[in-house]
Amino acid sequence: MPTKTEKDAVTGTMTTGHEWDGIKELNTPLPKWWIYVFYATIVWAAAYYVFYPSLPWVRGIAGWSQRGELAEKLAAERERVRPMLERIRAMPIADLQRSAELRDFAFAGGRAAFADNCAPCHGAGGAGAKGGFPALVDDEWIWGGDLAAIQRTITYGVRSGHAETRTSQMPRFGADALLTPAQISDVAEHVLSLSGRSTNAAAAGRGKATYADQCVACHGDTGRGNPEQGGPSLVDQVWLYGSDKASIERSVYLGRGGVMPAWTERLDEATIKMLTLYVHSLGGGR
Amino acid sequence: MTGQAPDAVATETAVSRKIQRETEPLYINRIKVYSKAVSGPWRRVKWAVLAVCLTVYYVVPWLRWDRGPSAPDQAVLIDLPGRRAYFLWIEIWPQEVYYLTGLLILAALGLFLATSLLGRVWCGYACPQTVWTDLYMLVERLIEGDRNARMRLDKQPWSPGKAARKAAKHATWLLIALATGGAWILYFVDAPTAIGPILRGEGGAAVYVFIGLFTTTTYLLAGWAREQVCTYMCPWPRFQAAMLDENSIVVTYQKWRGEPRGKHKQGAGWEGRGDCVDCMQCVAVCPTGIDIRDGQQLECIGCGLCIDACDGVMAKVGRPPRLITWDTLANQEAKAKGGSGRFRLLRPRTIIYVTLIAIVALVMLGSLAMRATVEVTVQRDRNPLFVTLADGSIRNSYTVKISNKTWETQEFRLSVEGLPGARLSLADLPEGAAELTARPDAVATRRVFVTVPPGSPLRESTPIAFLAERRAGGETARHESVFLAPRK
Repeated sequence: MPTKTEKDAVTGTMTTGHEWDGIKELNTPLPKWWIYVFYATIVWAAAYYVFYPSLPWVRGIAGWSQRGELAEKLAAERERVRPMLERIRAMPIADLQRSAELRDFAFAGGRAAFADNCAPCHGAGGAGAKGGFPALVDDEWIWGGDLAAIQRTITYGVRSGHAETRTSQMPRFGADALLTPAQISDVAEHVLSLSGRSTNAAAAGRGKATYADQCVACHGDTGRGNPEQGGPSLVDQVWLYGSDKASIERSVYLGRGGVMPAWTERLDEATIKMLTLYVHSLGGGR
Repeated sequence: MTGQAPDAVATETAVSRKIQRETEPLYINRIKVYSKAVSGPWRRVKWAVLAVCLTVYYVVPWLRWDRGPSAPDQAVLIDLPGRRAYFLWIEIWPQEVYYLTGLLILAALGLFLATSLLGRVWCGYACPQTVWTDLYMLVERLIEGDRNARMRLDKQPWSPGKAARKAAKHATWLLIALATGGAWILYFVDAPTAIGPILRGEGGAAVYVFIGLFTTTTYLLAGWAREQVCTYMCPWPRFQAAMLDENSIVVTYQKWRGEPRGKHKQGAGWEGRGDCVDCMQCVAVCPTGIDIRDGQQLECIGCGLCIDACDGVMAKVGRPPRLITWDTLANQEAKAKGGSGRFRLLRPRTIIYVTLIAIVALVMLGSLAMRATVEVTVQRDRNPLFVTLADGSIRNSYTVKISNKTWETQEFRLSVEGLPGARLSLADLPEGAAELTARPDAVATRRVFVTVPPGSPLRESTPIAFLAERRAGGETARHESVFLAPRK
């Protein structure tokens, strides 16, 4: 509680009358304009409430919003890059890769588009995932790894339902009773032998005939695969669904075939070109 | 006010200030300070420092420095859009902002040292607030006259003459403020090419916003706020007490010599009294309106104008000068007891400050001298950690960044050591050569693949090193990294 003001004996200054536990506050007065500035800030705050969105569900009469500002900035940015995108759209992709002027821009655009659209399945770094999400950083390509092939795969997708989609269908050899379990075991042993990993030469030999009947059309007689038809190579070290015998048997029994959307339905041509360039650069491009 | 002696006027304001302090409530009207013109050695020093400071401020943006054809040739330039700062031969990139930190540390330590030696000389002579306030006071004095004339003018009722003088003063103040704000912009743009458009009104909104901001603050702070900036706003007077001690040389009233003070009639003797004739000239010239005879106080900026004023009076009454002088509080105590006192410049405090300044300056000079103008950094990509290729090769990828701080294109040949049989290739260049090119004044970023053929004995993690050999000759930069492979 304020007590009486008095003159402090030591300093000769008056006190404010405020006292806490025997400690008294000296009165060193501020200039009046100082407190007027303080009042002005209160008025400013009140005006701020009126003009800007400060309370829930109240928009403020200035009509400003953070989201609106973001939309404006994005629109301005889109306007800024439009000529670049237009040039990218008009340029053949092989030229784009060699264009010192546009390559860095396209690469950055591709990286952003990849993070937005591709990373959920193929991984942020393009490493893919077990169980049907192919790695884009290695040099094994189911549907071809040159620029044109990648561009086509992204544009129309795989088993996407688009008229131009890439598609192949591996039969469900076991589930549809096309092969017996014994045949499946033998053909899996033969597939292992293609990459030099067979431990049962007799079984592998028995499987060879089945392979020649059922598999060569897509995977080729030496197992090198055929990117034209989406037949993956069976001789290399890259296995989308696992490389051990049980995994191979399972693939033969159930058949395999993942789905990738046709991105032409969601992305414009320039973005797809930038994505192509980026994916090509990840490490496996041919 | 007419008919009153100038000294009486001085007494009245000083006394009224004291009375107001004792009776007013928590907030008071500002007591306007009408500082009187004074001449003397310290006033001359203050003019000289003012002239030097203003010259430096206005001339520096116009100094040229040849950095080659494509680089800016302004000696001191902060290029915000280009994210570069230029100071003579030094070019600072944003990641080297610690040089600015170092400069600020040096400035702070310099201020500490100056304060522990000489009190608030920075406040009294070199602080922009003091320099511009002094300039504004000069303008005020030229237009409205000296102290008494200004006090009379303010008490007069409004008249065309008064309005004309006030208008002329504020117009001149605003012009100076505009020149101050305008010159500030020139540190951020190329002065000779930018000045034309700025004067023609084609400078762009941002430029005028900043000119307006600095114009307003200069006008308000130097014209209206003045000593209130030092008393109420500036933190420096609040913690200067930590740097000052009884051996700092400060502006001091020699109480032992001056007291007891009192009016002195011509011809009267000086026995039994002090030298102070209580003429109030020290108060009248003070730019912050204080009485130095009250001792050390927060408001004193240590400018020494009261010394000049008092010396003039002492000469007139025939007493020795320097009743108010530069001295230490310890000396004053000794002199009051009849001793002589001595100056102690070397004290633990000053020695520590000098040592710290030397250390920081040496570290900065050292890092500046050893600063690489072309920097190569190598970062391992972690997603994925490694890639198994179709033929069983293992590949790791790395991001190489070359910061080229020169104005020439720099070419490098990159190689890797520590992995027998490893092959190096560039990610996004079809040629696949390990040649890296960094354009002038830019950062080149390239992904690099290191591939180890199948069958090589590989541990999970193998230490390797990248060698970046400059094509133009000279140093080879070496960067340690690791090569990761799948667990066996």
